Amino acid sequence: MQFMLLFSRQGKLRLQKWYVPLSDKERKKISRDLVQTILARKPKMCSFLEWRDLKIVYKRYASLYFCCAVEDQDNELITLEIIHRYVELLDKYFGSVCELDIIFNFEKAYFILDEFLLGGEAQETSKKNVLKAIEQADLLQENTFSSGMRC
Amino acid sequence: MPAVSKGDGMRGLAVFISDIRNCKSKEAEIKRINKELANIRSKFKGDKALDGYSKKKYVCKLLFIFLLGHDIDFGHMEAVNLLSSNKYTEKQIGYLFISVLVNSNSELIRLINNAIKNDLSSRNPTFMCLALHCIANVGSREMAEAFASEIPRILVAGDTMDSVKQSAALCLLRLYKTSPDLVLMGEWTSRVVHLLNDQHMGVVTAAISLITCLSQKNPDEFKTCVSLAVSRLSRIVSSASTDLQDYTYYFVPAPWLSCKLLRLLQCYPPPEDGAVKGRLVECLETILNKAQEPPKSKKVQHSNAKNAILFEAISLIIHYDSEPNLLVRACNQLGQFLQHRETNLRYLALESMCTLASSEFSHEAVKTHIETVINALKTERDVSVRQRAADLLYAMCDRSNAKQIVAEMLSYLETADYSIREEMVLKVAILAEKYAVDYSWYVDTILNLIRIAGDYVSEEVWYRVIQIVINRDDVQGYAAKTVFEALQAPACHENMVKVGGYILGEFGNLIAGDPRSSPLVQFNLLHSKFHLCSVPTRALLLSAYIKFINLFPETKATIQEVLRCDSQIRNSDVELQQRAVEYLKLSSIASTDVLATVLEEMPPFPERESSILAKLKKKKGPGAVSVTELEDSKREGGELNGGGDRGPDTSAMSASNAVSRHSVTSNLSYVFQSTPSPSADLLGIRSSAPAGTAPASAGNLLVDVFSEAGPAAPSAAVNDDGFLSSAPPSEDPAPPLSEADELLNKFVCKNNGVLFENQLLQIGIKSEYRQNLGRMYLFYGNKTSVQFASFTTSVSCPGELQSHILSLNVQTKQVEPLVEGGAQIQQVLNIECLTDFSDAPLLNIKFRYGGALQNLTLKLPVTINKFFQPTEMSSHDFFQRWKQLSQPQQEAQKIFKANHSMDTEVLKAKLLGLGTALLDNVDPNPENYVCAGVIQTKGQQVGCLLRLEPNAQAQMYRLTLRCSKDSVSRRLCELLAEQF
Repeated sequence: MQFMLLFSRQGKLRLQKWYVPLSDKERKKISRDLVQTILARKPKMCSFLEWRDLKIVYKRYASLYFCCAVEDQDNELITLEIIHRYVELLDKYFGSVCELDIIFNFEKAYFILDEFLLGGEAQETSKKNVLKAIEQADLLQENTFSSGMRC
Repeated sequence: MPAVSKGDGMRGLAVFISDIRNCKSKEAEIKRINKELANIRSKFKGDKALDGYSKKKYVCKLLFIFLLGHDIDFGHMEAVNLLSSNKYTEKQIGYLFISVLVNSNSELIRLINNAIKNDLSSRNPTFMCLALHCIANVGSREMAEAFASEIPRILVAGDTMDSVKQSAALCLLRLYKTSPDLVLMGEWTSRVVHLLNDQHMGVVTAAISLITCLSQKNPDEFKTCVSLAVSRLSRIVSSASTDLQDYTYYFVPAPWLSCKLLRLLQCYPPPEDGAVKGRLVECLETILNKAQEPPKSKKVQHSNAKNAILFEAISLIIHYDSEPNLLVRACNQLGQFLQHRETNLRYLALESMCTLASSEFSHEAVKTHIETVINALKTERDVSVRQRAADLLYAMCDRSNAKQIVAEMLSYLETADYSIREEMVLKVAILAEKYAVDYSWYVDTILNLIRIAGDYVSEEVWYRVIQIVINRDDVQGYAAKTVFEALQAPACHENMVKVGGYILGEFGNLIAGDPRSSPLVQFNLLHSKFHLCSVPTRALLLSAYIKFINLFPETKATIQEVLRCDSQIRNSDVELQQRAVEYLKLSSIASTDVLATVLEEMPPFPERESSILAKLKKKKGPGAVSVTELEDSKREGGELNGGGDRGPDTSAMSASNAVSRHSVTSNLSYVFQSTPSPSADLLGIRSSAPAGTAPASAGNLLVDVFSEAGPAAPSAAVNDDGFLSSAPPSEDPAPPLSEADELLNKFVCKNNGVLFENQLLQIGIKSEYRQNLGRMYLFYGNKTSVQFASFTTSVSCPGELQSHILSLNVQTKQVEPLVEGGAQIQQVLNIECLTDFSDAPLLNIKFRYGGALQNLTLKLPVTINKFFQPTEMSSHDFFQRWKQLSQPQQEAQKIFKANHSMDTEVLKAKLLGLGTALLDNVDPNPENYVCAGVIQTKGQQVGCLLRLEPNAQAQMYRLTLRCSKDSVSRRLCELLAEQF
């Protein structure tokens, strides 16, 4: 996978993860173009499109669009399910996730993504294992935080 | 606040985010952000040390601001500090900031690497994972240098936690992608491959991405992975849906891992070991069988995961291309999907079938779905699905269904999306040519293409139809009749006029017997379109007219009348005018025999690869034909024209046809002399290429075919010489021409004349000088009939003088970038001599002639003597000064052989042209010449005295110069020695 973008129906980027080195300017241009292209598509259209030399796989969940760019030989359907699994992870962690959760806790959204995908490839596809890792970290921060208070 | 805040919330951050969300306008948002940035900056700069929590909060705010799309130029140091915090949450935010914001060239990388190193060696798995995530996210070369040797160790070590292994595998993959040279697997290879056997499914899932990437690059070293992958796959495929616990996704066991295993196997040929192969075939069959089972869930996730594996399995079956049974089953499965209610599945089925169509085992099976695919082309509401359908029709086309498919594609073209029309046109043209059994069908198809989508019919397409008509005499009569009919339409596309003009000009006689298409009717029909056409088409039509005069003497008077009228013979376009004049003359003075020879029917084109196929290859865009298909069509392409001479794998196309064409009919060009021959017209009137640059300039006809044609002049790097030009590196000014000095010398004693001339360009000069100032007019004449594009000139002063002491100040105004064929443009240079100089300024001229960049550098004839003021003086004064300038370095002397006539008047004219005063009665020897002058520069005046002593017997001269500045003496002596 080359990158993943989350954006709202209004076209506001909520999360962006780049797995290939690109300049800031290129990233902005790509996001702008792609957001426009996808928002212009009708609901019943297929979830895949060819865009430049990449394949775009996207799906809308409530007010948010999740969009992944994968390479030519990558599998579109499994990418679609990558998106779904990520949504499930967010949902489980936040408890029926909504766009606001991702806005206010954007750092958590990144942490969860890093546990799930790394370098653009699936690292851990088990929902339990990903959430366990995140919860452990949450626990760790409380512990060290309190020990930090003591000194 | 509605949002949940897990872990330790940062209240300040939440408030800030709320504020931003409440901003009513973009301006208000920017104001709020600037306020926050100022606040954070002051906190970071303040004297009071910030505690970890505040630092974390501010870094997080900066990150948020960055993610809103604003630039962040501080805070990096604070983020790096957070990395070494002993509090996990602070460390985590620090890493996040760095992952998102730090780019590889940052100076901070060293500090970051230090923190990473500490965390990697901490043996705390959570910290290790954070550090590995950071490396994988940044993935810079510096990080690869620091960690590429460490990470494989972590990956294979026995005591590494599973979660760390997973991160390490993907971290290594990222580093391998950025710096493959630094990641040396060597000793680790076998242990990495064996991760496929790991008990932990998560480890296998992560490791297989790494193994796949490494196998693609080093298939031999990793080939043991094949049998391991097969057995792993077999275990997953045969497991019950609950066996794999949390790795089962909506009743599908390990879909991600299965897809990746199937993908890994596509890096290799079918397994040689019979047992392994048998097991794999079994797996593939099971996967195909499962597709037929009733779904275990109605959820789309279930079917997506299941079908993801199925499509990956089909890809592997197609990759092997050796199991007819599996191929046909795959095809049938895809056939079912073609009518599925899920758009996504229809899309993927069309895409996948495209590759199946090229397999000899499944081609026939794919063909059975033709009606469904045609229906998809007509009814799908999503353009991307229609595009897939069109691609598939193209892929499944063969002799048996070509007529049907071409007809469907043609009718689709009428409503097709603009974005895909050009590609569709090419594909139709290729299919029509490839599967033409009778050529009337081929001609009809191409003319239909022009009628339906004329704007999208590229030159290659109509060149090709003409090539084929000329080469096949059985279709010529039909072609003439058909274009004649097509031209009857009140509005027809200009491409139709081109084809019509060409074909009627060649073969109009074949239909002239019918009174409804008598010569005059044909001519009037063509001429009725003339005024609506662009210049190149008109030029082509004029050539058709002269061909008519030869074919049908009875039209001669009418056509001559047309040629003679002012709008032709005085046309403002030089090409049209020239043709009118020459054709008129030719038709009136040449005898019928000469005319018949000159205007003879075109000889057949040498057979080459179809130009349109080459164009499609170039496009390579979405849905472009696969390589195998191309090879395939190359094989079959020959059938159309009886498989003539087909050179080695040249990318031969009509451009090269144009070139060879040119030579075939050179007898014609000869008669026409400067006018491009009618043969050249076919391939664009602009192909009157000068001999030396023929291949490159032919590129202008087929711009995208030859677009990479190198510049005509090599663009050697001459930057060391101190060019001022800021041209991009690929277009450095050429080094000065070898004859630049010679050209320069011609202008030492004169101010006006032609500086340079080649087949394309003429440069004339007029100049005048007063005191230390000069003005030069440069005239650039385009000698061809083709426009010069991107015409730029630049003047630079060579090295020694430009940086410290500018000796000449040359001001130019840039010229218009386009120079029309036959036109001349003017450029004025204002020159100021600041101090004396010896090197002439360089004039660089760049332009595009056709596709090729012309790049030439000349020496601008500005020499120090141009700033001479003549000084009259008596014999006494002269010798007095002569003696004053007696220091040895002030004198320069040269004895040299005469190169030119020693005639007195010629010498006198030259010396006067030099700019000095020629003093009579000064030298006691009347044969000698003496001159005096003052060179005016901005800063000083340099007095110069000259004495030239000819020796007519020996054909020698002695030249002596004495100037108040020694460098001037030397330079003048050098310059003048070349003049006599």
